[in-house]
Amino acid sequence: MNGQAIIRFDHVTKEYDGTAVLDDVSFEMERGKFYTLLGPSGCGKTTILRLIAGFIEPTQGTIYFHGKPMNHVPPNKRQVNTVFQDYALFPHLDVFENVAFGLRVKKMKEADVRQKVKEALRFVNLEGYERRRIQEMSGGQRQRVAIARAIVNEPEVLLLDEPLSALDLKLRTEMQYELRELQRRLGITFIFVTHDQEEALAMSDYIFVLHKGKIQQFGTPKEIYDEPVNRFVADFIGESNILSGRMIADFLVEFAGRQFACVDRGFAPNEPVDVVIRPEDLELAAPEDSQIVIRVDSLLFRGVHYEICGYDENGNEWLVHSTKKAEVGETIGLRFEPEAIHVMRAERRKGDEGWNEHGETGI
Amino acid sequence: MERAWRNWYLIPYAAWLVLFVIAPLVFLVYESFLDIDGQWTLANYEKVLTPIYLKMMAYSFWYALLITLASLLIGYPTAYWLTKTRHKQLWLLLLILPMWVNLLLKVYAFLGLFGTYGLANAFLQAIGVGARQLLFTDFSFVFVSVYIFIPFMVLPIFNALEELPPSLIDAARDLGASGWTTFRRVVFPLTLSGVKAGCQAVFIPALSLFMITRLIAGNRVITLGTAIEQHFLVTQDWGMGATIAVVLMIAMAVIVFLTGSGRKEGSR
Repeated sequence: MNGQAIIRFDHVTKEYDGTAVLDDVSFEMERGKFYTLLGPSGCGKTTILRLIAGFIEPTQGTIYFHGKPMNHVPPNKRQVNTVFQDYALFPHLDVFENVAFGLRVKKMKEADVRQKVKEALRFVNLEGYERRRIQEMSGGQRQRVAIARAIVNEPEVLLLDEPLSALDLKLRTEMQYELRELQRRLGITFIFVTHDQEEALAMSDYIFVLHKGKIQQFGTPKEIYDEPVNRFVADFIGESNILSGRMIADFLVEFAGRQFACVDRGFAPNEPVDVVIRPEDLELAAPEDSQIVIRVDSLLFRGVHYEICGYDENGNEWLVHSTKKAEVGETIGLRFEPEAIHVMRAERRKGDEGWNEHGETGI
Repeated sequence: MERAWRNWYLIPYAAWLVLFVIAPLVFLVYESFLDIDGQWTLANYEKVLTPIYLKMMAYSFWYALLITLASLLIGYPTAYWLTKTRHKQLWLLLLILPMWVNLLLKVYAFLGLFGTYGLANAFLQAIGVGARQLLFTDFSFVFVSVYIFIPFMVLPIFNALEELPPSLIDAARDLGASGWTTFRRVVFPLTLSGVKAGCQAVFIPALSLFMITRLIAGNRVITLGTAIEQHFLVTQDWGMGATIAVVLMIAMAVIVFLTGSGRKEGSR
């Protein structure tokens, strides 16, 4: 259908023993973009990756590569390579032979193999490590070997299954830059799986936020951060204040016992909504000169900012990131711009009318 | 004083070692230098190098090799299949269960099965092949030996396969390898330690078998094990029996050294 789409999922469901881990998912991915599948463990993100790699087949629905259905094509016949979470390097082979594995399987000439492996190792800054044993390599180096082993095959799509989760924080940040840079240089599609929202925001062109086997939201990092479509996304992507409210009219919303000007419209009059305000959008002010007054309950110094937690007179919890300090027990005011308010359609939640434990409506 | 007492728990082991390992070995080697009248001699070792004994040795190695190969060819796929089944523990138990039955009993059972009027011949007749002489043949000897030794081959290979991370197989497939190439280039090389352990566990005892050779092969197959037994119990030439045993032990040590210490795997 779409000539641009390299991968297309058409109503794909994957069940294990009757339980759907991926529930009727449809999406398209373009050539040369950096996609991230983001979600908590068990959300189905790794399942999508394994479906694309061909390790598992969908229970229902069809997966297309370049418009051709690929459901039953085995992994060794796909133009896709994977960087595994535990790297899955072959311990009986040295660095050179690990990288050369895919080329040797294709029976490539020895001279070409040498040339390509050399290039791939240079790409990941591992020149001179050819004859090292895998056991002698550090975590970060193994990571690079795994990447070299995948890209040497010149795949159209590179799948990365939480490849940074085993690295320490400093190395992880470094590798984030490197991976992003690598994707730009190679110009191929990267599909990156992670549960780390900061990683997703920093690296991706597009993010799929997944939860309970469904895509909650698809968009650029900025869209996902600024315009979360529901409570789950708002909560999962960064820290946020989420309050229940009511849309009075276009550009006017009521929450925390007051009415506020906002920039959202298109809701039914008096429609129940969820309101998101990011902690960094809240500004400390004198109580008499502010929109919300809270009593400071706790204070944490986070380096770049103070994390202030307090309660307003209606008992709503507020999280504030501020460079200014406050004292525990002090009463402070909060100010925010209408643009800082983000209004989402409310979901039925526990405690709401017509809701029970199993998420079914009615009694 | 303190220091001496700290290692008290080593005493039983040390005593065991001296009484049942070192002393018998010394006696064995000592005995191998005595002739039938108790005189010092090197004749036993000269005799071992005569064609009769060399041939016997060659036979022993040949049969042990056959038994090991057959066990490996049956044992590896079995172990592989075992790692894939749902009820691993149950199948494993079924595999181990025959090991709890006395060896002699199992061998006698085969005497019945392979006998002229046994089940095996009844089956051969039923499918139109006709009754055959099964007992006292090379085939029955290898068959029964393989039956006895198979668990010793399967278990180490099974353990090696179980330890193999499944992601390595995914990785090989992902890199374009077919199922067979994955097996040849990843699974088999990485389970080689299990294969070696299994082969050692089968080959070494197979080298000195005597009961099966006597009962199943009817002494038609004369191995070093049979020769040792004959010298000690029949001809009473302990010196010669001891010599063969020493030679056999040296051979085993060489095999263990050659196969076991091969830890350095090449790059390809």
